[in-house]
Amino acid sequence: MGLIHQHPILEFRHAKEITFSFDGRELKGFEGEPIAAALHANGVRIYRITPERKEPRGFFCAIGKCSSCFMIVDGVPNVRTCVTPLKAGMEVRTQHGRGVVPLVEG
Amino acid sequence: MKTTEVLVIGGGPAGLSAALEAASRGSQVTLVDSDLQLGGQLIKQTHKFFGSEDERAGTRGYKIGELLFKELEGLKDCIDVHVNTTVLGYYKEDGVVSLSRGEEDYFRIKPERIVMSTGAMERLIPFPKNDLPGVYGAGAVQTLMNVYGVTPGKRVLMIGAGNIGLIVSYQLMQAGVDVAAVVEFMPKIGGYWVHAAKIRRLGVPILLRHTIVEALGEDVVSGAVIQAVGDKGLEGDPVRIDCDIICLAVGLTPTAELLWQAGCDMQFVPELCGYVPRRDAHMRTSQSHIWVAGDAAGIEEASSAMVEGRLAGLGAARSLGHVKDSDYDAGLASYWQRLSHLRAGEVGEKIRSGLEKCSCDAWEV
Repeated sequence: MGLIHQHPILEFRHAKEITFSFDGRELKGFEGEPIAAALHANGVRIYRITPERKEPRGFFCAIGKCSSCFMIVDGVPNVRTCVTPLKAGMEVRTQHGRGVVPLVEG
Repeated sequence: MKTTEVLVIGGGPAGLSAALEAASRGSQVTLVDSDLQLGGQLIKQTHKFFGSEDERAGTRGYKIGELLFKELEGLKDCIDVHVNTTVLGYYKEDGVVSLSRGEEDYFRIKPERIVMSTGAMERLIPFPKNDLPGVYGAGAVQTLMNVYGVTPGKRVLMIGAGNIGLIVSYQLMQAGVDVAAVVEFMPKIGGYWVHAAKIRRLGVPILLRHTIVEALGEDVVSGAVIQAVGDKGLEGDPVRIDCDIICLAVGLTPTAELLWQAGCDMQFVPELCGYVPRRDAHMRTSQSHIWVAGDAAGIEEASSAMVEGRLAGLGAARSLGHVKDSDYDAGLASYWQRLSHLRAGEVGEKIRSGLEKCSCDAWEV
């Protein structure tokens, strides 16, 4: 895993390095890049566990269409992490099952 | 509610070209894309493009993207760009388009004209455990490594020897990743010889008449089983391949949901890889205010997508009264000449026969 450091053609210009948490662990990533890409660079391959068969799912389409990378981000479930930009201090969690939306009274 | 003259849905090569053309002809354009940046798959291509000078032959795909972004910079007063913005629906009754910026911020736009350049989705093939983490679409692998500079894995098994499978295999090696093999069900390589030759020179086997039988691994991919296929099905012994990524490059299908929702006449065209809207010579659909361009109009490639985008943008601008007839005719003729060059010869045969099935010269009024 990790980042590509040498490439014959492309030069990667990463944004500011920030920290975020994944299941309580502190990880580093680049601001504004997709959450899923940041997790992958940190070696994280499992993003959620399916509701019925409890099977792992990870990165798949990277264009926000397949639902494979749904995770809980700052308490909100079913976030498409492949197209959601990473922000400093974000709290990202593995999603188990369908996810519950916290209802706010008022 | 926000209004716009031309709404372009999808900012890949086709949509970018449509937006640039419509804006340069005097239209006020809104360009939306669900990704975090514009450019679609074009910005992930490290290989040099083919064609003529008009198509910037010899220039790498991502560099062509940079040229389009430069053009966009010059027209920024006429093009309102929204990235990280997904179109959720099109309401035929009042012509309103609903959108979501990120996951939370919902808004609506009422456009006078629409260019649908929604691109394509990857196809899947069935095999046990094809949903295991580590089985990735080819586009996703390109995004990880060529846009975000993330190593997708250590060793990849590529499924599919069409152009995408061959090109992405080469890109993986550029990124320092091993490619165990390219597996292809058909008896012939589907992509161009030049792309196949590049990976064969580097020693990667291209196994024709082979298929993936299953993915291996408990929580993530740790390997794959492949087997030869003959006329009667699987033959020979299954072979275990060690890999941490199985990359699927088994074809694309047009992203057509919004075209269906808008009530465009649709037709299943196998040569264009799925349902596509019927269109006239101006890339206009049966809905007179909706144009189509790029892979959404049929799976082809980026050079023709960019020319189709120009045609659609030009058509939308003219319908708004921004283009003189003589300028329009000149533009139309030159873009069609470029398209016919791109679709000439043996390689264009499939596309030409597909287009014949879903094109008309003009819609009857």
